Amino acid sequence: MMRFLLLFSRQGKLRLQKWFTPLGEREKKKIVRDMTMMVLPRPPRSCNFLLWRDLKIVYKRYASLYFCCGLEPQDNELLALEVLHRYVELLDKYFGNVCELDIIFNFEKAYFILDEFLMGGEVQETSKLSVAKSMEESDLLQETMEEYMSKPTF
Amino acid sequence: MSPSVRLQEMIRVIRSARTQGEERGVIQRECAAIRAQFRQADNGGRSHNLAKLLYVHMLGYPAHFGQMECVRLIASPRYSEKRVGYLGAMMLLDEKQDASLLITNSIKNDLSHSSQYVQSLALCTLACMGSAEMCRDLAPEIDRLLRASNSYIKKKAALCAVHIVRKVPELGELFTPAAHSLLSEKNHGVLHGAVVLMTELCERSPETLAQFRKAVPELVQVMKGLVMSGYSPEHNVAGISDPFLQVRILRLLRILGRNDEAASDAMNDLLAQVATNTDSSKTAGSAVLYETVLTVMDIKSESGLRVLAVNILGRFLLNNDRNIRYISMTSLQKIVQTDHNAVQRHRGTIVDCLKDQDASVKRRALELSLALVSAVNIRSMMKELLLFLSSCPPELRSHAASGIFSAAERYAPSQRWHIDTILHVLITAGGDVRDETVPNLIQLITTATDLHCYTVHKLYRALVSDISQQSLVQVACWCIGEYGDLLLRGECEETEPVQVTEDDVLDALETVLQSHMSAPATRGFALTATMKLSTRITHNVDRIRSIVSIYGSCIDVELQQRAVEYNALFKKYDHMRAAVLERMPVIDKSSPGHTNGEVAGGTIKAPDQTKLTQEEGTVTAQPTNQVCDLLDLLGGSDGPSQPALAEPGPTGPDPVRISTGGDLLDLLGGLDPTPVSSVTVYEKNGVTLTLQCDSQTDTDVTAILTASNSSHSDITQFTLQAAVPKSVQLQMKAPSGDVIPACGLGQVTQTILLHNPNKVGLRMRVRISYCAQGTTFQETVQIDSLPTVACQ
Repeated sequence: MMRFLLLFSRQGKLRLQKWFTPLGEREKKKIVRDMTMMVLPRPPRSCNFLLWRDLKIVYKRYASLYFCCGLEPQDNELLALEVLHRYVELLDKYFGNVCELDIIFNFEKAYFILDEFLMGGEVQETSKLSVAKSMEESDLLQETMEEYMSKPTF
Repeated sequence: MSPSVRLQEMIRVIRSARTQGEERGVIQRECAAIRAQFRQADNGGRSHNLAKLLYVHMLGYPAHFGQMECVRLIASPRYSEKRVGYLGAMMLLDEKQDASLLITNSIKNDLSHSSQYVQSLALCTLACMGSAEMCRDLAPEIDRLLRASNSYIKKKAALCAVHIVRKVPELGELFTPAAHSLLSEKNHGVLHGAVVLMTELCERSPETLAQFRKAVPELVQVMKGLVMSGYSPEHNVAGISDPFLQVRILRLLRILGRNDEAASDAMNDLLAQVATNTDSSKTAGSAVLYETVLTVMDIKSESGLRVLAVNILGRFLLNNDRNIRYISMTSLQKIVQTDHNAVQRHRGTIVDCLKDQDASVKRRALELSLALVSAVNIRSMMKELLLFLSSCPPELRSHAASGIFSAAERYAPSQRWHIDTILHVLITAGGDVRDETVPNLIQLITTATDLHCYTVHKLYRALVSDISQQSLVQVACWCIGEYGDLLLRGECEETEPVQVTEDDVLDALETVLQSHMSAPATRGFALTATMKLSTRITHNVDRIRSIVSIYGSCIDVELQQRAVEYNALFKKYDHMRAAVLERMPVIDKSSPGHTNGEVAGGTIKAPDQTKLTQEEGTVTAQPTNQVCDLLDLLGGSDGPSQPALAEPGPTGPDPVRISTGGDLLDLLGGLDPTPVSSVTVYEKNGVTLTLQCDSQTDTDVTAILTASNSSHSDITQFTLQAAVPKSVQLQMKAPSGDVIPACGLGQVTQTILLHNPNKVGLRMRVRISYCAQGTTFQETVQIDSLPTVACQ
């Protein structure tokens, strides 16, 4: 299972954090610090896998954001790369050509999408269309309020 | 003003703050406003205030005052408020907070809500932060949803059940029937959830595992369907149909097929099919192939299939993509013990990976290369490893150095080669080697009697060029002290002799003595060496006398003591000086000096077919020794009467007292490497102790105990004591250390020699004691049978 998923910028600012095990605040902060320190200095075409404590760390850089997740020893690292890629594709479909600003200003949407894709550290839905459809329908449930001005593009 | 703009407005304001202080100011104001809003009655902007708070929380500021607001929002009938409330619960509440219990009731109600999206919120939150209590309360609900709902909810309920089983393993029985029946669903999401749930249940309970073995044909069917199906736009990733599901099914098959012939047979064809048909040009395909290889190697598969799997790994090794090469080396590392010959075929490529730029790949390549060293390829491998050592990143150096040393000890083709190798390592990476390298090397040098001349010439040259590597300098000083006469004679068969005068040699030693780079121990070596030379040179004895008397008032107490004693040797005991300082006898590896009084016995090993010259005279072959009737293994009384403790490192200030580290006499001398199996005998508190049999004859066994530490803090004062049945003789070599660094960064090894003349069943009781995080632990484990060395 995935233990955590982090998104941070090239300057080390955290944009999204999802923890799949219960941890204290200090522990979480320490892990975020360790991840940024380990991942940011790595040269561009290096291997995407690292070992940290007893976990395997898989990271991938998309434009200005690093997607970083921590896996247990029996998990498949190559598949984790696919999971990260799938999440980026889902964000891209939802926001239409997603960029870091979309995730900053609509962070709660990014979380909702993540919660439709992963659950308890495991993949929940393997079909892109299915996830997109669920997001659409949930958003429709909210549409009655005038809050969400930035509608997803269809 | 519309409330939502205020959320994005706030984000904009925070981002435009130019300094940390400004940002803090903005956030404090906003938090104050949010707190005020929370205290007010229900207004339309509650969800936005919470969303703002969550943003602030992500920046790292405290947000605990939002916890109750989350609870309130979750209970709200409005979907938008529930959504943000549940998000807040997942971010701010965890099972350690008291407030988390308050949402149990809301979750329970929402699980039966008419809208599936509300149900899904509840399921997601439970799976994310549900405590054991909450799980126990809500498990029957989840089971109900698993059986009777639409596929959207079923897939979520399955993963929620996985979380429940992880928190409260006993509840696994509740979900077992539903899990199996879910396999007949068509929806991929539900299938995936079902497979994950089954995997989790199998890992927790062997009975469930046996039960689920019946599902192997069904799983094979589903998998076949995926592999053979045509293009399906919904699930296709780079030509592979639903790789996520494929990988999970393969993983479940691995667990079901392990140690079971029937199950392994049933999946054989499928695995062959997947291995041959999957296109691995993109990551998705490689992920599936990787999982297939892992499964093949773990179950009882046919040899043809295993060969196929190793070939796939070999192909991966040649891939341009670094990730694939990394993966392949990780997998090869797992099978290098069992399928050694197959992995040897790829040795060339692995050695090439040592030169890769990437640090992760280098590390894997180093591990694998060290595992592949054998008596056959030792020379070429060592060349590559030494090349690697000179250019490797600093964090890998000590690991590489110690790996090279143990490889050299096990497979050295000749003494001269061995000495050269160790010297090379000391020159390149002397700062990263372990402390006992120095005594080991000295011991090695003394045994190589015909190479004394060669050694001292080489070391003198090394000393003159560079005195910064302490280990090298220490060994060099010792040798010059011992064999200075050979150096001064100026002739040497094996190498170009150095033409030196007595003054040159004394200059070199004095430089070491006076240099600020020399550690205190090094200076001790140099002083003693200078003293020893007084009987080996003829003209400059006065110079030595003056050096020695100067250091009689040195600030360093150790040096002062030595100097005073040597001075006395000059003055009062001059008649004894020659006798005291004469050439040392060959140091026996198991000399009693290092066991602190308790005799561990002399050499037991019978002369073996090594290429080493056995030293004459000083090898005391004390046959029986009074080792280890530690605990009467068969009698069971506790409390060691005579523990066989081997003290690590030299005792006392005398640098020449040797402790035995590696095992020179254990060379396999030309035998092909036989795959060995290792057994984990103790695993607790992050400390893992494994036992591996190194070599075995009818009556003698050499075993290595390796301790590693996966916890976050170092383990100190780690010691092992062992007891064997009465007729077996036990000799424990000195351990490599008594501190095990945290997080698997290092290991402690200890070699054990067992002499079993009556060929009784070998059993051992090991007492482990260590100190972890301030607490002392002492445990005893019983090993009833030693892992045997498999035949070639």
